[in-house]
Amino acid sequence: MESVKPILEFKKTCVSYTKQTIAVKYVSAAIERNTITAIMGPSGCGKSTLLRAVNLMHNLYQNIRVDGEILLNGENILSMEPIDVRRRVGMVFQRPAPFPTMSIYDNVLSGFVLNGIKLSIAEKDATVERCLRSVALWDEVKDVLNKKGTFLSGGQQQRLCIARALAMKPDVLLMDEPTSALDPIATKHIEELLVKLQEEVTILIVTHNMGQAMRISSKAMFMYLGELVEYGDTDTMFSNPSDGRTKAYLTGKMG
Amino acid sequence: MNDKLYRIILFVVALIVPIVCGGVVYALVTDAYDAFEHFGFFKFLTSSEWSYTEGSERYGALPFITGTLMTTLLALIFCIPFSLPVALFVGEYFRGTKIAAVLSTVIDLLAGIPSIIYGLWGFYTLRPIIMALNISSQGSGVLTASLVLAIMIVPYAASLSAEFIKMVPNDLKEGAYSLGATRAEIIGKIIFPVAGSGIFSSYVLAIGRALGETMTVTMLIGNTNNIPESITSTGNSMASIIANQFGEADDLRLSSLIAIGLILFLITVFINLIGKIMIKRARIV
Repeated sequence: MESVKPILEFKKTCVSYTKQTIAVKYVSAAIERNTITAIMGPSGCGKSTLLRAVNLMHNLYQNIRVDGEILLNGENILSMEPIDVRRRVGMVFQRPAPFPTMSIYDNVLSGFVLNGIKLSIAEKDATVERCLRSVALWDEVKDVLNKKGTFLSGGQQQRLCIARALAMKPDVLLMDEPTSALDPIATKHIEELLVKLQEEVTILIVTHNMGQAMRISSKAMFMYLGELVEYGDTDTMFSNPSDGRTKAYLTGKMG
Repeated sequence: MNDKLYRIILFVVALIVPIVCGGVVYALVTDAYDAFEHFGFFKFLTSSEWSYTEGSERYGALPFITGTLMTTLLALIFCIPFSLPVALFVGEYFRGTKIAAVLSTVIDLLAGIPSIIYGLWGFYTLRPIIMALNISSQGSGVLTASLVLAIMIVPYAASLSAEFIKMVPNDLKEGAYSLGATRAEIIGKIIFPVAGSGIFSSYVLAIGRALGETMTVTMLIGNTNNIPESITSTGNSMASIIANQFGEADDLRLSSLIAIGLILFLITVFINLIGKIMIKRARIV
């Protein structure tokens, strides 16, 4: 059988804020399609920085350099137009931030609105329902679609932000600690949702919560001081880490 | 004991300000009363006559209300295309850079230039240009006054708008970028809607500034007591008619001038109040 091509591949990816401070050092890893990959590591290890390199978020800020290669379906992201990359790579942030001037309905469609893509009313309705159903929010909000997105609870807002990213039908969804601002019940909802969502989209999730990584991810990366220390099956990493630093972190001896 | 004394002193001092303010309003109302009683309040507002021939004195505020509203509105229109880009430059595009700091300092300095200097510049630099361009023969008029007024209110509109543009949370901007939006799309569809009421309120406060501006307008508007027929005509604003005539006026004319002052005061208070209320409401979540 032909081996499955990775959807996303880091090749000696480096990110530096200044010439002296290199936040991500020579990371190489191939991400398989329709998986959830957890990126773990102590604060400041470069995991968010690595994640934000994938949708060229670093281009927004001066002085940040990204070197090496990041391949999306074999194409180097770093030489593509940021706008094209970002339409194919969605992102969900730490704090839920629906657009406060838009209704729930318009928030789901905000990717189209922002990009000036016109949809017919039937297409709009279908997209809104499809995306809100995929994030299990449809039943809760179908009667209040015209209310502002900020009217929802934190967990609902975060699901709305996931729906907004899914509406663009991305290949990859980046999640930067998406549940760290949420209570345990809302967190559980999101986790269950992500497990289902991996059928539609490949998920890369940064998390501080080791339990969460164990519950939802099939692959895991452990980063330390900007280096990718270990990358492999989540189960193996938790039961039998190959590097001492991974073991120290996972057993709480290093944080 | 000491604490009590301290409180009493504070209380008395704090009371002086509203008392003085109330005194000003009281003086305005009592001194304007003659004019309102003689002509009737609405008649005074809507009459466009201003004649001080003895025996047949007739005074109406309409030409000056019109003059004030015209100069203010025009100044606002001329001010927007300059203040809005400056606000975006300082608050978004070059936010936090040296060049933005320099620009906002220069803009703030504009607010500190005495209005007599603006008046002189308008009279000796802008007026000849208006004449040379054949826009109007005498150079003075509503248009000339409005142009200089626009420059004067740019700092107020720009620096306050920039603050509201800066307040738009980075979360929202990054969220929009992550969906593939360009900077222009983010400005149009995220920043303006989110900061919109704040930006609007900064223009309301700028209007408040323009309404009462006296020196510059007096020097440039041409000082004729008629309703301006077009934007190039001469006229008088409420503030400029008072500045022009208060020294030589007495009795009914003085009362009429004070009545105009009272109306100007009420309009300005109203506009500033709206602006302040809107700014409070514009706090971004």
